[in-house]
Amino acid sequence: MKTMRIVCFLLASFLSGVLAGCGGGSQKTLPILGAREPVTKVVDGQTVTDTVYHRIPDFRLLNQDSVMVTNGTFADGVYIANFFFTHCPSICPIMQRNLLKVYERYKGDERVRFLSHSIDFRHDSPAVLKAYAEKLGVTNDQWQFVTGSKAEIYGLSDSYMVYTKEDSSVPGGYDHSGYFLLVDRDRHIRGAYDGTDDAQVQLLFDELAILLKEYE
Amino acid sequence: MTRNTGVYIAAALLAIYSLCHSCQSEQAIRTAQYAVNGQKLYVAQCQNCHGAKGEGLGGLYPPLTDSTFLAAHRETLACIVKNGLSGPIEINGRTFDGEMLPNPQLAPIEIAYVLTYIGNSFGNEMGLFTLEEVQRSLAACKQ
Repeated sequence: MKTMRIVCFLLASFLSGVLAGCGGGSQKTLPILGAREPVTKVVDGQTVTDTVYHRIPDFRLLNQDSVMVTNGTFADGVYIANFFFTHCPSICPIMQRNLLKVYERYKGDERVRFLSHSIDFRHDSPAVLKAYAEKLGVTNDQWQFVTGSKAEIYGLSDSYMVYTKEDSSVPGGYDHSGYFLLVDRDRHIRGAYDGTDDAQVQLLFDELAILLKEYE
Repeated sequence: MTRNTGVYIAAALLAIYSLCHSCQSEQAIRTAQYAVNGQKLYVAQCQNCHGAKGEGLGGLYPPLTDSTFLAAHRETLACIVKNGLSGPIEINGRTFDGEMLPNPQLAPIEIAYVLTYIGNSFGNEMGLFTLEEVQRSLAACKQ
């Protein structure tokens, strides 16, 4: 009986510790991903060291309606970026199926936008992207499908830390990784998720909610 | 005499019954075996586009849940798996006009496996696709 009470006490204190830990967890903020460098400058005679974080550079790309989109298109909210091509037979259908779930959850909520870059600059014209978007079930401009020159798109993919490469030996002719990048209003990457993995997609749902709380 | 005849008839009926029954269960076992093998192939070759539950993806990739379409095209399904498909088709009352890539690497027995899996999943009840049936279908493919 006495041992029972001790066990109960230990269990209770353990649980309260866990719960307190969880409570602290809800205050969690997402890290800023990518390279960072310290910048030292002199302000009012004092030496100040600041950290410069990795940012998505300026871009101008043509979307599925043949309209130029820029960073400004996404500036008043957060967005999720990925890289794909319309006739990709391997990972893209899984990625886009999963991103569609996020889109459907946040459809009409202008705080969240989506940006899919085509890496097939030869075939995926705005008209092709438009047909693809409609067939996928995208009915508003919250999700942009963009194309650009090879240099622009492949250069941007480096900034998003996504691997892209023309490779005739893989199905479809382009090799790329299937990551979703969560980008905040300051163009900082706050999360990277494997778009082909259900658990990672769930993590994206959770962390997207955390990021949106920063702006409430 | 009549009594003997009755016994013979009863014995014959019993024999036929048990024969049919064992045939049926043997068929069911084979169907299950083919479906298990087919599921692995489905995950590797088909699931990306057609989905884990055969649900397809929007208007891009058709679902595999239209039992009426599948039954009406039973003879050409092997050709579609092997040679791909293009041009408009109507599935579940919706038109799809995409392109399905061919799977030339699949052997006829593998096509039998994957068709048996699809044909007995997602609400479909098409029974066993035998190797012989798939070979007959492939021989008749329009090229």
